[in-house]
Amino acid sequence: MFDEIFDVIVVGGGHAGAEAAAAAANMGSNTLLVTMNLQNIGQMSCNPAMGGIAKGQIVREIDALGGYSGIVSDKSAIQFKMLNKSKGPAMWSPRTQNDRMRFAETWREMLEATPNLSFYQEMVNGLVVEDGIVKGVKTSLGLTIEAKSVVLTNGTFLNGLIHIGDKNFGGGRAGEPAARGITEQLVELGFDQGRMKTGTPPRVDGRSLDFSKMIVQPGDDVPSRFSYTNTPLLEHQRDCYMTHTSAEVHELLKEGFDRSPMFNGRIQSIGPRYCPSIEDKIDRFKEKDAHQIFVEPEGWNTVEIYVNGFSTSLPEDVQYKALKKVRGFENVKFFRPGYAIEYDYFPPTQLMLSLETKLVEGLFFAGQINGTTGYEEAAAQGLMAGLNAHRKVKEEEAVVLKRHEAYIGVLIDDLITKGTEEPYRMFTSRAEYRTLLRQDNADLRLTRMSNELGLASEERVRRVEEKENRAEQFVQFLKNTSYHPETVNPVLREINSAEVKQSDKLIKVYSRPKMTLAHLERLPEVQEHMKEERYDAEVLEQAEVMVKYAGYIEKEKQNADKLSRLENVRIPDHLDYHSLKSLSYEAREKLSEIRPSSLSQASRVSGVSPADLSVLLVHLGR
Amino acid sequence: MIQNIQDTIVAFATPPGTGAIAVLRLSGKKAWQTAATYFKAVSGKNLLEQESHTIHLGHIVRDGQTLDQVLISLFKGPRSYTGEDVVEINCHGSQYIQQEILQLFITAGLRLASPGEFTLRAFLNGKMALDQAEAVADLIASDSEASHRIAMEQMRGGFSADIKQLREQLLNFASLIELELDFSGEDVEFADREQLLGLLDALTQRIKGLLDSFAMGNAIKAGIPVAIVGAPNVGKSTLLNALLQEERAIVSNIPGTTRDTIEDELIIGGIRFRFIDTAGIRETADSIERIGIEKTQASIEKAQLVLYMLEAADLSKERYNDIQKDFANRPLVVLANKMETLSTEALEKIRTEAPEAFFISAKTQQGIEELKSGLLEKMKLGELQSEDNLLTNSRHFEALQKTLGAIDEVKTAVHEELPGDLLAIDLRQALHHLGEITGSVTTDDLLGNIFSNFCIGK
Repeated sequence: MFDEIFDVIVVGGGHAGAEAAAAAANMGSNTLLVTMNLQNIGQMSCNPAMGGIAKGQIVREIDALGGYSGIVSDKSAIQFKMLNKSKGPAMWSPRTQNDRMRFAETWREMLEATPNLSFYQEMVNGLVVEDGIVKGVKTSLGLTIEAKSVVLTNGTFLNGLIHIGDKNFGGGRAGEPAARGITEQLVELGFDQGRMKTGTPPRVDGRSLDFSKMIVQPGDDVPSRFSYTNTPLLEHQRDCYMTHTSAEVHELLKEGFDRSPMFNGRIQSIGPRYCPSIEDKIDRFKEKDAHQIFVEPEGWNTVEIYVNGFSTSLPEDVQYKALKKVRGFENVKFFRPGYAIEYDYFPPTQLMLSLETKLVEGLFFAGQINGTTGYEEAAAQGLMAGLNAHRKVKEEEAVVLKRHEAYIGVLIDDLITKGTEEPYRMFTSRAEYRTLLRQDNADLRLTRMSNELGLASEERVRRVEEKENRAEQFVQFLKNTSYHPETVNPVLREINSAEVKQSDKLIKVYSRPKMTLAHLERLPEVQEHMKEERYDAEVLEQAEVMVKYAGYIEKEKQNADKLSRLENVRIPDHLDYHSLKSLSYEAREKLSEIRPSSLSQASRVSGVSPADLSVLLVHLGR
Repeated sequence: MIQNIQDTIVAFATPPGTGAIAVLRLSGKKAWQTAATYFKAVSGKNLLEQESHTIHLGHIVRDGQTLDQVLISLFKGPRSYTGEDVVEINCHGSQYIQQEILQLFITAGLRLASPGEFTLRAFLNGKMALDQAEAVADLIASDSEASHRIAMEQMRGGFSADIKQLREQLLNFASLIELELDFSGEDVEFADREQLLGLLDALTQRIKGLLDSFAMGNAIKAGIPVAIVGAPNVGKSTLLNALLQEERAIVSNIPGTTRDTIEDELIIGGIRFRFIDTAGIRETADSIERIGIEKTQASIEKAQLVLYMLEAADLSKERYNDIQKDFANRPLVVLANKMETLSTEALEKIRTEAPEAFFISAKTQQGIEELKSGLLEKMKLGELQSEDNLLTNSRHFEALQKTLGAIDEVKTAVHEELPGDLLAIDLRQALHHLGEITGSVTTDDLLGNIFSNFCIGK
């Protein structure tokens, strides 16, 4: 059936797989996406939302690089929120609630419209590896499909085991079988393998809920979007709701604790601490007698509801009895119970920064197989793996984003340099220079570079240029135009800011902490200029950041520059650390395992001291 | 984090101790400028206008006060040891002066050189042949090893507990800030500004306290208080006299603040000890004597080391254990005096029963030398003599000072009601500097702290 040799085969069609396939194909690689069920491309296996704090920044980075997640999220959004708007610009984080079916449908449409991309539906159960180089994949029907590189994005499917109370069964997701064969072969090839755990809450029938008893959670009055392209803005939105558990609910849940696989030792693997099950929350924070529950619609036209905050693997009867006692859920009807799932992952320290495995040339891993969690983290890795698989085939140098360039850089560097003990999720605190990694400037940071690589379109670069020019134009206007004390003082009084005696440039008052654009627009000279110029919202946002936070951004840039200097001290691939006797024993061991590519990366390997780095510096010569 | 190799560094190039002179070396772009700021030449010449490879006599002056008379040698890079601009300052060798001058330059913004860093720079600047690389690497590794070991030894003291608490406080503070950033949507209580300012004040106070109290000069400047305790007539005064006679470097002989305690200072191995002779301890109902005993108790509280003295004939295993119990949690030396009154066999027997005790004869001066080295060892001050220890202390000083600077910035930011992400920039700097003493404070530490204290997650 397949007599051609593909450049890139992507195994799996989730967030990682879909982005990997899109990136490789758009770069020009002859790409094949193989997945168990082509109806399930781009599934939101857990919550029907994209973005959020740190994750929203990642989606914008993916978009700036020319990935699809931002566009798909925008097109399938049912609600938009800019989180943390009251904090500084590094914290503004876009998030959408999405129509789960439309999300998957949009993914499928966009992939079908992508050149160089073929599809095939079957389970991959092995790799073809010759002399440490990947040559293709094997399927359950016994087919061999040849390729120059392979990207594995298996999600939770590798030997997936689903738990509900004391029952458990094999599966990669509710209603879908687990994938077998790949883990066993990789272990045979010498890979280390581990198990992780995650969970999901029940889905229920919205018609059975009493929303009048809950608190409405609407979207933003003026919704924005993820993509830097011109995706349409939401004209109307669907509300979410909030309710709470109670002591009574907790008591009912506790009755099932002896049958909980979390507590009776049936599940041994590690789950994410920041995404605990409801039973975990009750057990660990006994003094809290109410937890928040977010009631999220799964789409525009469906009655299905996602019960966010009630992730559980307790027996289904216990889930049902307890949820019925939650305010607004008195008559709840279940679509399906919550469950926990255990799956195989491969400690990501076995990869290079390109996401290619150290053991098998041409083989790339992305997503949960690397011990991460989250659609956004998966999609980001997928994009980078797809990009680098293409470059591998073309014998070009791998693309590695730096920690001060993108959250994606932080994500991959953390995984490869430190590994992870629990499912890895991005937080803004993981970035040293988060003031540089904002949602408003992902395009300015990444689009030109991506365009040079052949991924982001010319059109995107044109938009970046326009945004930069327009923002600069507005800043110049503020720098050159003066205000009058009589018009500005009433506004300053209102925000409790010191009044002015003399006329000065607009930029001076705009720099004041509580002065917003809305305040500024009340000045007639500003009003007039804005009416004439009709700036785009993104442009004004960019200008605001440029004016108000310039000092801090500059400070961070200087800190980041220091890091870059070390980044530029490259370490040769095959340096024999064991021959460097001046290194501490621990440093020799760890460095041999991680094989950092620069002195900066070496500095982040645990157990490597400043003295070890000086020793390395000496051996790298001058 | 590896040290920046572009900034200006400072450290002593001589193995000091209380020698005749010591050489402080400055290397980097700001070496000349910084030295010129604090140097007043006898000739009145401006240092910056002088030729390379010249020597100048003058004074190091801080806030109008002369610290020391010094000779300064100037070297312009690349014709210098490191290949960079270098200044070498020959100052007097007392540890106090060395410490003051070093801290002056650190306060001025120079960085204390890492172990082996001058040599590393010399190598990187091509001042050494490539085949010397392994030797240079070895030197760096062994220097670091030594300074690390000494730092660890020191950290076992009370300083370590204080630093640990400081780290906890700072970590908790940083967690509160990060909590409100990464977990703003969570159902947890966020700190308000008043609370944050309160915490910052507590942090500032603690760091300042540490800076004041531990500043290495302290032990050298003030001396180490040692209480001599024992029954009347056991030979305390004779011992003091014996020590003082031997050691000519008597600094003073001042009456103590109370009638019953006399303080004497003397320097052993370059370290100043302050001996406090106390009233005899004796169980008594007599009120006048009780006052004396209470004063003795107070002296013991102030002392860093207790010398408990008794007659050798009275020492036994039981007695030794009792004394140890009485002075639990306090460095203690048990002194068995009047050893000359015992027969060799009797002495041997007691020695085996109380092997830790020091046997002396204050009268014949037997055992005094052993006691002196015992004192040094007991206080872990034997190492104070070495350069490493001086550096370790300065390193702590430098790190704490930078931590304090960053905390001040955070405070300003809180006052100005700046958003948390901007405030966190300075907070991270504070964590980074403190991390140089405690080992780095990672994001994982922060997140771990948040997850264990707050109920996070939908």
